[in-house]
Amino acid sequence: MSAVAFENVSIIFGDRPASALPLADAGKDRGEIQSETGQVLGAHDCTLSVEEGEIVVLMGLSGSGKSTLLRAVNGLNKVARGRVLVNDDGDMVDVASCTAARLRRIRQRRVAMVFQQFGLLPWRTVAENVGFGLELAGQGGKERTETVKRQLALVGLADWGDRKVGELSGGMQQRVGLARAFATEAPVLLMDEPFSALDPLIRTRLQDELLDLQSELKRTILFVSHDLDEAFKIGNRIAIMEGGRIVQTGTPREIFSNPASDYVADFVANMNPLGVLTARDVMEPGTGNGAGEIAAETPIRDLMPRLKEGPLTVTEAGAALGRVTSDSVIARLCANS
Amino acid sequence: MDWLTEHKLPVGDAAEAVFDWLQEHGGWFFDGMAVAMEALIEAILWLLQTPHEMLVVLLFTAATAALHRSWQVPLMVFLGFLFILNQGYWEETTESLTLVLSACVVCMGVGVPVGIFAAHNPGLYRFLRPVLDLMQTLPTFVYLIPAIVFFGIGMVPGLIATVIFVVPAPIRLTHLGISSTPKALLEAADAFGATPGQKLWKVELPSALPQIMAGLNQTIMLSLSMVVIAALVGADGLGVPVVRALNRVDTGLGFEAGLIIVVVAIMLDRALRWKQ
Ligand SMILES: Nc1ncnc2c1ncn2[C@@H]1O[C@H](COP(=O)(O)OP(=O)(O)OP(=O)(O)O)[C@@H](O)[C@H]1O
Ligand SMILES: [Mg+2]
Repeated sequence: MSAVAFENVSIIFGDRPASALPLADAGKDRGEIQSETGQVLGAHDCTLSVEEGEIVVLMGLSGSGKSTLLRAVNGLNKVARGRVLVNDDGDMVDVASCTAARLRRIRQRRVAMVFQQFGLLPWRTVAENVGFGLELAGQGGKERTETVKRQLALVGLADWGDRKVGELSGGMQQRVGLARAFATEAPVLLMDEPFSALDPLIRTRLQDELLDLQSELKRTILFVSHDLDEAFKIGNRIAIMEGGRIVQTGTPREIFSNPASDYVADFVANMNPLGVLTARDVMEPGTGNGAGEIAAETPIRDLMPRLKEGPLTVTEAGAALGRVTSDSVIARLCANS
Repeated sequence: MDWLTEHKLPVGDAAEAVFDWLQEHGGWFFDGMAVAMEALIEAILWLLQTPHEMLVVLLFTAATAALHRSWQVPLMVFLGFLFILNQGYWEETTESLTLVLSACVVCMGVGVPVGIFAAHNPGLYRFLRPVLDLMQTLPTFVYLIPAIVFFGIGMVPGLIATVIFVVPAPIRLTHLGISSTPKALLEAADAFGATPGQKLWKVELPSALPQIMAGLNQTIMLSLSMVVIAALVGADGLGVPVVRALNRVDTGLGFEAGLIIVVVAIMLDRALRWKQ
């Protein structure tokens, strides 16, 4: 069963969302819809399901509707049409139409969120911030203190619990944000560009930490990013959005090797290919007679140092698929630019 | 021009009619209010006047010390009290402090909830703002008259006049504080499933606390500025000797009492300016 499913979700900002739907159905873009009806198209006809334990990244340019769609999962944005289903202990609940009490329960126990600007309460200590979600859900006293302690240790802030959040660097504050979201033990995590406000080194480190934590915690993560390198690194699958619509969904490899439109191809052309390509992508087909053997799924980063030994034979399940040479790598890299 | 002056709009008559009507139909309400305020004033006055004066002075000094964690301000407060005792104005000072403290209780008790409500209902605030402006700009003497009509003379009409003049300050500041709560924080609370009550207590009020405290500070200072006016409707306190001095053209007495008011104002102001 999926953890979250969007079914033909349209989100429209304005006082008369219904007036914009027919235009959106007719394929008009955001500008046209706004000038005709005064409504702003946030997202239109988005269908996507996120399986349990999966990381799906919503990707797209600024204004493409990533945040809008993400925020529909915990009801921060109102859905004009369609359903947003969230798995609540085995029932798929439509958060767009459920009762306020049910929505609150889902927000307290099933779906947690990490914000780009952290959204921490500055008058509280780090520990009090981490315990915020538990406090709202009515968990008190010792149990909460224990959970908070555990979460702080998990994100490497064990000694910082008594500090005010303002004393922490941006990277540490976002760790607090992560800990707050992990603490409620919600199976679904929503992350809206959680690392974009951080400088590149810290960003890379937090991405790695998130992947480490995920291998342990196995949450379902819906992650928003405008950076395809980040999306490829983190996502099991990627949904690419343009002008409020999802234009392609697929694994990083599918998107990289088969972009559905020029818009997607543009993204792909601008990314660092070293992060995606594997031996399979850079080989010349054939039986190969290389100096060594290498598995088809080896990332190109690990493969290149070995090319010094000479050409390598690419194998999969014992059979040779082809051959990698310095020339074949260069040829493949050039093909993308 | 003649036509204009001949057709004078009946502003005064209308106001009178409104007050007459209120007095006739709202008597029970004003009586009830007077009883409650009387009780509040009596209680505070009793607290300040029953113990030995040095004990009260020491308690105030200790409270200041607890707020400031330094010795300069508490020392200043202590010396200020000694000066008041030396000049023989202890009783008047306690009466004025009573007026200030009861005004605080009423103004904060009314102002903070109204400010919160107005922040949650922007439509209401649009209607409320001109009323608040009116309350603060209308010369205070003008509403002394209906205060006497409804509440007679004494501490209660003094308190009412003070409250009318002062309560806009905490309303405005609470409104400002609550409505400037960062949207991101409210959203975080929503995202973790806060009820409206939890949002108010755990996010909006803590976020607005600096403004609410500023409202308290203003409430105290503005109430103190009303003690002379309150004396005109018969409220006891430091305003009484000032009014008496005015009637008798007694420069010495006027200065004496005036200086005590200034000393009290400085003490309160310094004592309330602590770093959080
Ligand atoms: N609350 C709102 N009211 C009106 N319009 C909104 C609102 N929120 C978003 N929009 C509009 O919806 C569109 C999509 O915005 P959204 O924030 O989802 O983009 P995004 O893909 O997250 O971009 P970014 O990378 O800049 O965060 C934009 O045109 C934006 O102006
Ligand atoms: Mg966004």
